[in-house]
Amino acid sequence: MTGARRDCLLNVLLIGLLFFLLHVAEQQLDAYSIRILSLVAVNAILAVSLNLIYGFTGMFSLGHAGFMAIGAYVCALLILSPAQKESMWILEEIQPWLAHLSAPQLFAGLFSDPDMARQLGFLCAVSLGGLAAALCGIVIALPVLRLGGDYLGIATLGFAEIIRVLIVNAASLTNGSLGIKGIPQYATLWWNYGWLLFTLYVIVTLLRSSTGAAFKAVRDDEIAARVMGVNTFYHRVLSFTIGAFFAGVGGALTAALISTIDPKMFNFMLTFNVLMIVVAGGLGSITGSVIGSVVITVMLELLRPVDSFAPGTRMVLFSLLLLGIILFRRKGLMGTREFSWHILFRPRRQQ
Amino acid sequence: MSLEMFTQHLFNALALGALYGLIAIGYTMVYGILRLINFAHGDIFMVGAYLVFFTTVAFMPAWAAALLVALALLVFYAVFFGTRRPPLWFWPPLFFFCLTAFYYGFFAPRDFTPPWTVAVAFSIMVTSAIGIAVDRVAYRPLRDAPRISALISAIGVSFLLENLGVVIFTGLPRPVLQPEALVTPLVFSMSALTGNPESLVRVAPIALIVPLVSAFLVAGLLYIIHRTKPGLAMRSISTDIETTRLMGVSVNKVIALTFGLGSALAACAGIMWALRYPQVHPYMGMLPGFKAFIAAVFGGIGSIRGAMVGGLLLGFIEIMLVAFFPSLSGYRDAFAFVLLIVILLWRPSGLMGRAMEEKI
Repeated sequence: MTGARRDCLLNVLLIGLLFFLLHVAEQQLDAYSIRILSLVAVNAILAVSLNLIYGFTGMFSLGHAGFMAIGAYVCALLILSPAQKESMWILEEIQPWLAHLSAPQLFAGLFSDPDMARQLGFLCAVSLGGLAAALCGIVIALPVLRLGGDYLGIATLGFAEIIRVLIVNAASLTNGSLGIKGIPQYATLWWNYGWLLFTLYVIVTLLRSSTGAAFKAVRDDEIAARVMGVNTFYHRVLSFTIGAFFAGVGGALTAALISTIDPKMFNFMLTFNVLMIVVAGGLGSITGSVIGSVVITVMLELLRPVDSFAPGTRMVLFSLLLLGIILFRRKGLMGTREFSWHILFRPRRQQ
Repeated sequence: MSLEMFTQHLFNALALGALYGLIAIGYTMVYGILRLINFAHGDIFMVGAYLVFFTTVAFMPAWAAALLVALALLVFYAVFFGTRRPPLWFWPPLFFFCLTAFYYGFFAPRDFTPPWTVAVAFSIMVTSAIGIAVDRVAYRPLRDAPRISALISAIGVSFLLENLGVVIFTGLPRPVLQPEALVTPLVFSMSALTGNPESLVRVAPIALIVPLVSAFLVAGLLYIIHRTKPGLAMRSISTDIETTRLMGVSVNKVIALTFGLGSALAACAGIMWALRYPQVHPYMGMLPGFKAFIAAVFGGIGSIRGAMVGGLLLGFIEIMLVAFFPSLSGYRDAFAFVLLIVILLWRPSGLMGRAMEEKI
């Protein structure tokens, strides 16, 4: 069997195993564990998207919370039912065109099966959330990506903050600081892991293509890349936009997972969590980001009892962990290495 | 808008701008010599505000205060003198502090609060020691690492300080008791200008004290930087760190001194901020910190005068924007970030900074 066919077969087997495990988990585990499993997937999507921007293209972006907010709000507004919108907008009257917009209802006219319509509506809402974030990403990228290094970080952080302030003030669209409650919890285990697989597929394929090589060239030495004929600005914008898309998707899934969103939620803390996962997993390693999101998410849950000692202790340990990683093991768990089937089947070296 | 209103807003803007400027100086000094955005600076400002009010209002146990002072002295000693014998001037302050700590630890009555001068000195001292310790622990090991690593480390320190604040002081905002003398408004008559005997301007004394103290502090800092030997070393490091090291300057000590001075200024700003806007909470440093950084970029990062000018301008624009366009008041916090992006695109070296060209 050739290497490529073997890898393909093994991938299919692995995905099959994942689906089997998800099925078992859905049957056996309680709601709390299922939610943590879902969070792992969502965090992995977010971490992989930030890793694409920072780890693979070398743009230090702190704007993830902003893209997540856009994705979350677009998705939430699309899947809320008109009745819910009617009752929730207290500060300001909701925009009339928005009040009757509901993706599941649009699809209900096309499909007789209500569940089918709901799921398609959700798919549509999450995709649109991602697209909105990507659009915003392009708008932000065009002016800001001319900057480099830490200035870029601060400027993107500023954009996230601006988006948050806009959400608070655009009360007729977003219900302002009150946030949105009672978002239907469509983000099941299957959706979250489905989106995660999609994200991984897109980003891994992208990174293996010549575009991915261009990303890495831009990261390692921008001037050298430009000399080799790589259009650096185009590639930076492309990477940023794709990253923003998946950040938006992650935000949309978060909204449908925890069912309550408000502008305060999308503060710098959220970006910090994602950054933490990426750094812990290893900058420039997709495998690392996935492993990092499993480890960090589970650890954050396990550390929850510590908070009973004094609120905030958990986050103190968490920040100490980040400091420890950056000071003593800067390349994280995986460095820039990736998992591949090749490692397992490497011929043993002869003595 | 009437002239009285405008004058009143002008005083508010002056006080706010001076505070931004004081914090911005800390950012600009560190960025000038290390090219590092000291993310934790805003939280050091928070620590400064907390420490002074924790000693006067919320009765920090005297043993804790004494312990902090001892730790601070240890940090100063370890960083500036190392294993060498400290110079003679080190001992009298040490003796003085031990004596005070001993007094407050054992003899002062339980409900006794120290006079505000002692509390302010305590806060400035401990805060600058924390600034130096942060540099020693979190930034110095990363001097040769990529710059973004140090920035991530700074973000980690920032979160550590905020969450330690939540653990130690609890997340609840605490009110600050303002001394009567600082808030009873002074009334000035503006009839000479407007011709109307009714036109009065009310200004809280604190709004006048803040810019005055700030001007005094900045003058002192400028003296240190331009007229003393450590200041010369600082300027030299900001030009070329390697050559400075070859000239026999202990670069790490000078950097520690920079952090110490910046943090001391942040502590002063924190104390005055809490007197002006009478509330302290663990996240209070975040937004002023960002805005002060923006002020530093606005004025030209690396330049002390630029930081002060940037702070004053930012304070002025923020206050006047809300004063003239009340409908925009909800966007007040976003404004600084818009300004940042405009500045970075239009004139990245700021108003007073030197342009830095990219080297291949």
